[in-house]
Amino acid sequence: MYDCVVIGAGVVGAMTARELSKYNLKICIVDKENDVAMGATKANSAIVHAGFDAKEGSLKARLNVQGSKMMEQVAADLGVKYINNGSLVIGFNDEDKKTIAELYERGKNNGVENLEIVDKKRLHEIEPNVSGNAVCALYAPTGSIICPYELTIAAVGNAMDNGAELKLNFPVEKIDVIDGGYEVVSGREKVEARMVINAAGLYSDKIAAMVGDESFTVHPRRGEYILLDKDAGTLVNRTIFRTPSKMGKGILVSPTVDGNLLTGPTSEDMDCYEKGNKDTTAGGFGKIIKEAMENVDGVQFRKTITSFCGLRAVGSTGDFIITSPKQGFVNAAGIESPGLSASPAIAQYIAEMLKEQGYEFEENKDFNPKRAPMHHFREASIEEKNEIIKKDKSFGRIICRCETVTEGEILQAIRTNPKPTDLDGVKRRTRAQMGRCQGGFCMPYIVNLLAKEMNVPVEAVTKCGGKSVVNFSKTKEVGAND
Amino acid sequence: MTDLVIIGGGPAGMSAAVAAYESGIRDILILERDDSLGGILKQCIHNGFGLHKFGEELTGPEYAWKYEQRVHELGIEYKLNTMVLSVSPDKVITATNTEDGIFTVEAKAIILAMGCRERSKGALNIAGSRPAGIFSAGTAQKFVNMEGYMPGKEVVILGSGDIGLIMARRMTLEGAKVKAVCELMPYSGGLARNIEQCLNDFDIPLRLSHTVVQIHGKERLEGVTIAKVDERRQPIAETREFIPCDTLLLSVGLIPENELSLGAGIDLDPVTNGPVVDQDRQTCIEGIYSCGNVLHVHDLVDYVSEEAEIAGKSAAEYISGMSGEKTNITLKTDGKIRYTVPSKITSKKDVKVYFRVADVYRNVKINVLSGGEVIFSKKKPKVAPGEMETVMLKKDMLENVSELSFELEVM
Amino acid sequence: MKRALTCIVCPVGCSLEVELDGGKVMSVTGNTCPRGAKYAEAECTAPERTVTSTVRCTDGRILSVKTDRPIPKEKVAECMKIINNAIAPLPVCVGDVIIKDIFGSNVIATKNINAL
Repeated sequence: MYDCVVIGAGVVGAMTARELSKYNLKICIVDKENDVAMGATKANSAIVHAGFDAKEGSLKARLNVQGSKMMEQVAADLGVKYINNGSLVIGFNDEDKKTIAELYERGKNNGVENLEIVDKKRLHEIEPNVSGNAVCALYAPTGSIICPYELTIAAVGNAMDNGAELKLNFPVEKIDVIDGGYEVVSGREKVEARMVINAAGLYSDKIAAMVGDESFTVHPRRGEYILLDKDAGTLVNRTIFRTPSKMGKGILVSPTVDGNLLTGPTSEDMDCYEKGNKDTTAGGFGKIIKEAMENVDGVQFRKTITSFCGLRAVGSTGDFIITSPKQGFVNAAGIESPGLSASPAIAQYIAEMLKEQGYEFEENKDFNPKRAPMHHFREASIEEKNEIIKKDKSFGRIICRCETVTEGEILQAIRTNPKPTDLDGVKRRTRAQMGRCQGGFCMPYIVNLLAKEMNVPVEAVTKCGGKSVVNFSKTKEVGAND
Repeated sequence: MTDLVIIGGGPAGMSAAVAAYESGIRDILILERDDSLGGILKQCIHNGFGLHKFGEELTGPEYAWKYEQRVHELGIEYKLNTMVLSVSPDKVITATNTEDGIFTVEAKAIILAMGCRERSKGALNIAGSRPAGIFSAGTAQKFVNMEGYMPGKEVVILGSGDIGLIMARRMTLEGAKVKAVCELMPYSGGLARNIEQCLNDFDIPLRLSHTVVQIHGKERLEGVTIAKVDERRQPIAETREFIPCDTLLLSVGLIPENELSLGAGIDLDPVTNGPVVDQDRQTCIEGIYSCGNVLHVHDLVDYVSEEAEIAGKSAAEYISGMSGEKTNITLKTDGKIRYTVPSKITSKKDVKVYFRVADVYRNVKINVLSGGEVIFSKKKPKVAPGEMETVMLKKDMLENVSELSFELEVM
Repeated sequence: MKRALTCIVCPVGCSLEVELDGGKVMSVTGNTCPRGAKYAEAECTAPERTVTSTVRCTDGRILSVKTDRPIPKEKVAECMKIINNAIAPLPVCVGDVIIKDIFGSNVIATKNINAL
């Protein structure tokens, strides 16, 4: 029997599993997908919010401010890129000015540090490409950017290094209460645990219902994004938000930690049965392009690299739903924005809840908070790189030209927990296939590397698990004997 | 210090190397990122190469082999599996491979011959999901022709560039069903003969003025919705049509790969996405030349070789300190003609000017004007964006000229 | 009877018009070289195509091949079946005959592969 099973390997599940691995607990993380970070974690704005957005007194506000203060250290420990680039909420008219003043007050009340309202002149001094029509802004120097799936992969990896186990392709179908805990069932497989953390994102209402908790629901809210080439990545230094209005929060323009420019998201509430629908839409593209260009001058959409859609897990209560409906069972549901920012604090909050329920949390003396950064080679000096290449030649061979990723880095990623088993998994860990040619050149090489490392036929290699095979068969076999 | 470093060992790089050798340069180094010389020709196993250059019809690998043999015979040095990471304006090249690690080479002259890449799906903003089964045509070509795998059974192709047309035939011959080739424009971007022998031979429909508007399928592609487009290339909702398929191949344009050029501070032409060059294919940095698909996208490798020979010979002359009679002529175009290569003439000599047109035009006169006066004119029954045109300017035509206008007159 | 064709002999791709009389070619216009006339005549009487494909080598690697001259167009599918079942011995050089004498042509290698 495990001490704890964490359902869902998104950023909340991952950070929680890592937090729990600081104690002498036997932990199992389960997820229905072929990799970690496959839900809302994979596709969001990648922002560590300062914390002026959420209503005073809410769990969102408290955990956001707390989490964003913890994030820099967490990122450093996990070897994850984190850039404290600051954020600006820009206003265009008197109504926006009023809202910005409110946000400033709210931020102060929430405990956000160094907030500042800047006038037009100062705004354009610090961000010359912000639209000339903008008249003022709320400047939050503590706003930061991070890569959410990089953080999640690292957190799961670090939890695993500290003893946690990971079971992928494990869609939870049933949870039975058993003597001293729970039995979590997926098909013929089951795991037993004393404690269960429900971090199942969009599906956390379903998981809660499995133990009889129907106190909340979760519905998807579609957010579409367009990602631009690194050529366009230096247009702004800070994350540029539009002042929220009745029309919603608007489209942001932000650099990413990898140097691209991210624009989005749209915001469209969808029905509960559409939890699997991550389609982008022509209307969404139109809205992003129009609004991004209103907010920032010179956004070069002809440098688009890719577009994608994420589904936020919106809870029915308006706040984070972190509750314990039953002894040893904790929901972490409705974790929409600022969930990424809050995740380190959510993890601690959950651990505290369980401690209070009387479970024994004995410190794991061997806990190592550090994980070697996956981008170590990329950022090494030429001399260091040559030392590495001398020991392992594969670091001298470039596979992905656009992002300059070596065979050595790809092999290292394939061999490091949590191990990727598909092309997208390699992409998220190494950036290979993520550049301007989108894998046009390197994908066939990576297919071969994955097949060889996993010891499977080339035809078995998938893009993202399941039936997403890249090749169907060998040539000279199809219809050869027709 | 190396006399001449050539970045890229494809058809352009090899032709340039051979030409430079034949012009007297011995200290040549080709840096090639792949595991053999030949570049993209290695996967273009179809025939149709070399008619101009060798007077016979060759496949891509055979055309490459002709040059590889020359490179070997002449003893020109090359490094394989070697990726150039940067080029500096003072001609220091940083590269990496498994044997040397990261190393630098200083060169007297450099020829950029890195080729081009395919425009990817991401750049198109097609609505819908992101399943497996969407490939650029060249990626599929690599799987089928080099790796021996079939990436599709039921195929739709978006874009009628030559690679798309060639892959329609290849996939069909290897047992797949190609259901349609959709082309956004009202005309094909590929060669007429490829429409004939790659589509018509196999009854594959070419849907002109059509595009893919939606992608369906969660894990592997399950189908695409296509629609006809209006004159402004906007999809017409009533014409939406679902085609079940497991594979979408994209042949939607080629982009010269000029990241290294940009890093060196070389000016690019916004129309070609390649460096701005003179008649010698010299870029704005003295001693750095550019040729082949990294300069502008060609439809025939024969022209690539021809252009690379100019670059190779010119680089050799530069290294040897030779120079011709100087001039300074700007080449302008009228919009119907999109661009010319070269776009400036700095030395008085015979110059063959290559160009592309913006649309399909019939019964045209190609006029070259100086000071409002036509100094050269030639008639063509038809010109099309997919087919590169040329004009030969004789040395004596360049006397007392400061600007040449290339205009297309529709008769 | 008139028939319109696109010449496939070279990349120019001339639009040809063929005047036919009961299957017999009376005249060809639109061609810009003599090969075009020859192509039109063949296309209207006995059309031919060069086939390019790949065969597996004994060690499973992929060898590109072509028919060394065009074969009757209606035999292309049959030719592919034979190519699909062929195995090329190693090493192999450009021009080596892989399949002898099918439909009046040999299937030859178009690249080199060394024995490992």
